[in-house]
Amino acid sequence: MTTPAPSHPAPSRPDLPAPPPAVNPETREFWEATAHGRLLLKRCMDCGIVIWYPRVICPECASLRTEWFEAAGRGRLYSYTVNHRGEGAYQGSPPFVLAYVELDEGPRLMTNVVGAAESELAVGMPVELVFHETGDGFALPRFRPLFPQGDTVPPHNARDPDSRPPGESH
Amino acid sequence: MTIRGAARIAGAYEHPDRKIPGKSIPQVHAEVALGALADAGLAVADVDAYFCAGDAPGFGPVSMADYLGLKRLRFADSTETGGSSYIAHVGHAAAAIATGKCRVALITLAGLPRSQPVPRPSASALAPEAGFEQPYGPTTVSMYALAARRHMYEYGTTSAQLAAIKVAASQHAQHNPNAMLPQPVTVEEVLESPMISDPLHRLDCCVVSDGGGALVVVAPEVAARLPRQTVTVLGHGESPKVSAGSPIDLTYTGAVWSGPRAFDEAGITPADVDYASIYDSFTITVLQTIEDLGFCAKGKGGAFVADGALLAPHGALPFNTDGGGLCNNHPVNRGGMTKVIEAVRQLRGEAHPAVQVPDCQIALAHGNGGSLGTRSAAATLVLGRADA
Repeated sequence: MTTPAPSHPAPSRPDLPAPPPAVNPETREFWEATAHGRLLLKRCMDCGIVIWYPRVICPECASLRTEWFEAAGRGRLYSYTVNHRGEGAYQGSPPFVLAYVELDEGPRLMTNVVGAAESELAVGMPVELVFHETGDGFALPRFRPLFPQGDTVPPHNARDPDSRPPGESH
Repeated sequence: MTIRGAARIAGAYEHPDRKIPGKSIPQVHAEVALGALADAGLAVADVDAYFCAGDAPGFGPVSMADYLGLKRLRFADSTETGGSSYIAHVGHAAAAIATGKCRVALITLAGLPRSQPVPRPSASALAPEAGFEQPYGPTTVSMYALAARRHMYEYGTTSAQLAAIKVAASQHAQHNPNAMLPQPVTVEEVLESPMISDPLHRLDCCVVSDGGGALVVVAPEVAARLPRQTVTVLGHGESPKVSAGSPIDLTYTGAVWSGPRAFDEAGITPADVDYASIYDSFTITVLQTIEDLGFCAKGKGGAFVADGALLAPHGALPFNTDGGGLCNNHPVNRGGMTKVIEAVRQLRGEAHPAVQVPDCQIALAHGNGGSLGTRSAAATLVLGRADA
């Protein structure tokens, strides 16, 4: 697979625990790409949906013809929680942000949001991809707030509960 | 074919203790099994079907059947869908009875998470989603908190509205001498309790308790010979909720499918329900479930509960009159069993007089297992008074 050079920051050591993922033959290519700062998604070559989490079977049409492609690495915060009671690798950690991010490509994936104060977090806020090394040769895709260039604080409308992601209506 | 009227719940027993040091888990299964059989007026020798879930130690249903001495089994089922398992089991038992596979089904739940905490099984490391979720540190509470946050965003639900659910449960629990948290609480006390996973506070969470419960489901001709008042299984529905090809949506549960299936089979509408046992692992669980079952419009659950709808005996939808998992008992972190037991009490007129729904004819019990919005299992049961 040929892909353009990644536009995301190179994988770095995080402050937050970065436990190694469970990797199997079905998902190895995904995790190997993370070491190079690339977030891969699966697309169904028959019905066209973007599949998350990655698997060999399309959960929409049962096709076994799926292909990898690289995500742009931007999205919006779908939901988040500041967890004060970490377990496992996170036991004893300071409060950290567990989140779902909706990628511009469509999927909503579980992740952590880093580099944001609790007061800056808001559902719908734009975020961008960062990678945190796990120490086993892979890296975890995580996200940080995407502020307009030059800004160091979020725009006020990021906290506006009425500012919803484009395309959503309820 | 339908299970409507094909089976009766003849025995129901909730272990009275909330902390049980010095006993084994199989021992507590035996205590609740004997309790439910005694309640029904039956004996171990009468049991020809056994149902259990992941809390039962050993090899599926076989180890406990061996331990309990269930020698005449013709049917066994170890459906494991977390806290909703036992509600599903009642439906499965009724279906087995309706097709002549068995006549006396025993369902047990027991465990000791307070006295003998054991690490969570690591089988989840092999789940297909594990690599894409476990490294980020999800916990049970935080997964429900994510659902609460999104519900707040889409519908304007508030923490105070969620707190009203705990307040109602605590009003009921004060009449239950076995409840772990028998003191009534206020909205302010819920909001001032420590934050566990924002926006869920400690008092938005259920209790953790040792204990268990059991049920005996029998064929109508068996019920006719028993001294005890039985209740009729009118309908059952279940549904795993998966996201599969669509983006995860945290604002609804599998109750949107299990509810209509159960109502249709019972031939009723939500308006016919006199009492509801609603799964209450967290306050948000109740809120989403009552919307999804159609007791109020989607997104209006906050206003519904804040208006006192859940308060027994005279609210619009009296719920969890034993105090529920939020205040009474959530044995082994699995609340489905106690949901059915309190529904049986209401239909028999044996709830505490302060919370007994007058002339309770139709009761509902609903369970949820797994993570509320991400991957979960829903089961809904509609029960009726035997003379209804």
